[in-house]
Amino acid sequence: MMTDLAIRVENLGKMYRIGRAQQRHDTLRDALVAGLRAPWQRLAAAIHRPPGGQGRPTTNDDTIWALRDVSFEVQRGEVVGIIGRNGAGKSTLLKILSRITEPTTGRAEIHGRVGSLLEVGTGFHPELTGRENIYLNGAILGMRRQEIEEKFDEIVAFAEIEKFLDTPVKRYSSGMYVRLAFAVAAHLEPEILLVDEVLAVGDTAFQRKCLGKMSGVARAGRTVLFVSHNMVAIQSLCQSVLLLQGGVMAAIGQPSQMIDIYLDEREQLAHAGLRERQDRSGSGAIRIKSVSVEPISEWSSTHIYPGCPVRFVLEYVARESVVRPSFHVGIYNRLGISILHFSSRMTGYVLERAEGVGRAICEVPRLPLPPGHYVLNLSVVQGDSQLDHVDAAEEFDVEHGDFFGTGHSIDYTGGMCLVDHQWKVEG
Amino acid sequence: MPLERVVATSPATRGEESGRDNPPRIPVPPIVIEPSRGWAALQLRAVWNYRELLFFLVWRDIKVRYKQTALGVAWIVLQPVVSMVIFSLLFGELLGVSSGDVPYPIFAYAALLPWNYFAGALTRSSQSLVGSTHLITKVYFPRLIIPISSVLAGLVDFAIAFLVLIGLMAFYGIKPAPAALLLPALLLLAVLTALGFGLWLGALNVRFRDVNYLVPFLVQIWMYLTPVIYSSTLIPERFRLLLALNPMTGVVEGFRWALLGQQLTDAQAPGAMLIVPVIITLLVLASGVVFFRRTERTFADVI
Repeated sequence: MMTDLAIRVENLGKMYRIGRAQQRHDTLRDALVAGLRAPWQRLAAAIHRPPGGQGRPTTNDDTIWALRDVSFEVQRGEVVGIIGRNGAGKSTLLKILSRITEPTTGRAEIHGRVGSLLEVGTGFHPELTGRENIYLNGAILGMRRQEIEEKFDEIVAFAEIEKFLDTPVKRYSSGMYVRLAFAVAAHLEPEILLVDEVLAVGDTAFQRKCLGKMSGVARAGRTVLFVSHNMVAIQSLCQSVLLLQGGVMAAIGQPSQMIDIYLDEREQLAHAGLRERQDRSGSGAIRIKSVSVEPISEWSSTHIYPGCPVRFVLEYVARESVVRPSFHVGIYNRLGISILHFSSRMTGYVLERAEGVGRAICEVPRLPLPPGHYVLNLSVVQGDSQLDHVDAAEEFDVEHGDFFGTGHSIDYTGGMCLVDHQWKVEG
Repeated sequence: MPLERVVATSPATRGEESGRDNPPRIPVPPIVIEPSRGWAALQLRAVWNYRELLFFLVWRDIKVRYKQTALGVAWIVLQPVVSMVIFSLLFGELLGVSSGDVPYPIFAYAALLPWNYFAGALTRSSQSLVGSTHLITKVYFPRLIIPISSVLAGLVDFAIAFLVLIGLMAFYGIKPAPAALLLPALLLLAVLTALGFGLWLGALNVRFRDVNYLVPFLVQIWMYLTPVIYSSTLIPERFRLLLALNPMTGVVEGFRWALLGQQLTDAQAPGAMLIVPVIITLLVLASGVVFFRRTERTFADVI
């Protein structure tokens, strides 16, 4: 039935200009100079144009399609997840549907009141009190004043900030701030809700509460478009999932199927694909062509546990002879927070010369990471200049395990690292 | 590649649930999102629909402006009063600038009142979009609301400074002319002038941060081109129409005339001083809205 359609997207595309950023006229002077020069350039181009040529060839080097030819439909009351790697176009899609940025091509039609939640706490003002920010933020998110008044008590209770309602939010702890911001957002009740990865805030307990709220929204028959890296949330909340790859829609279908494809893709990319990855920076004198995270025998051959010895193996190709390169491995958690940095320079290891192919191996005797999902960034540096850098070159999971040798696996609640320590009590 | 669509929910369950919990369906025309071409529609209705947000943004600006200042609201009064004192000493006493038959301090203050409002509103609105980057890249609403709110927020300062004027007039024993009833119209002219130029400068500022450096300079020069510290009668008559090209001339002289009963100009063309500014302001405002709407589509990408 036509009337049950909530969102229809047809051939949606978004192109960004990159690369020639220097040529963008960011100061008036540049624009004026370029404006004065333009007639001469046109004249010069006309003179130098080869006979029969159709003018300048259109180069595509300076543009990137963040999203291309995406088409799908969402029925009223459906909860649709959007998954994909970083840069797959998930946020761009939400930004277009939220009318923050315009598409370059295609068309989208939305039937119903839209609320979008691309970030929690948008428009919060540090000088205003919690009470004032609830009103301000609510209005910014598109709530009517009356609506905010009706839900005010609920929001305050959800955020657990009753006592600090009249304190400026700049005096809030970051936890309180996030709770309040999410509480306002969670009480937004449009017919169609567009949500970016905003559940990944706050502590675990609060995250659970947010997920509960989200599933409530989903059950209440609202249409939700939901971007997340949290596959558990996707699996439990969504009725169908849209998988984006490099700005293109790879598939749409049942959550479990899509998640499988996504995880497979991620593994393929991580293992075989590093060589093909174009989204890297650095001079290119050295390229890392593969990376792996391996537990060092005896414990397990595949699984990584807190405290187990692991090795990071970086296979590289040096295009030319490179003097004294250093290798760096950065480990980030799911939220993109940097947790560990391993560096051959910091540890004083000197490779006098890298030529041809080789393997750089970093061994960690006791991995200080709690259970969770992690992402690796790699770089090769020479002096101050970057030779190679790849974001999210590999991802790995740390399973539950017994870090402290107590005989049971750690019930992890806070902190981002595990460190050996002893307790004693005196007195 | 066309893809087979797999719908996970059975329509029956969905129908059941939505029948129970859905908010009442009010037919809303669908939102159509496409690349815009040519001249964007002005969407003034959308601005009206978002009036509550406009109210909250104005309210925020007012609430926040003097937070964590020792003198607080006193600044609103201090700024024009101190300027008045300095101008009175410098121009009224030392240089002997003629202020007609009213004392120089009140002559200056009556002009400083709309001028300060205008200068502040213009400065704030030209910076308003860049200052709201976090909103522009994360939430949709008609972007026109941002410069409009920054222009409106200055009205509170104006109102407080106006009370001081009433006090001054009482002190000097000046009764307002009946023309004082025209003050709201003159104030509106100042608001629209600030908004018109603010729209241009604010939208340009998104792309060219030069505007940030240009505006303070512009405001300063503009003040000297406006009869704030002097009277327009000081200008030779053949240049007066030129002076009227500046909409703020009309506002400032209009304020003096309405409050202090001074004639706008001595004999001829009393209307020209106001009609020309109104026309110019409307032109700037209309072109500003169009320019703003045309560049608005790329704000989130280039800001």
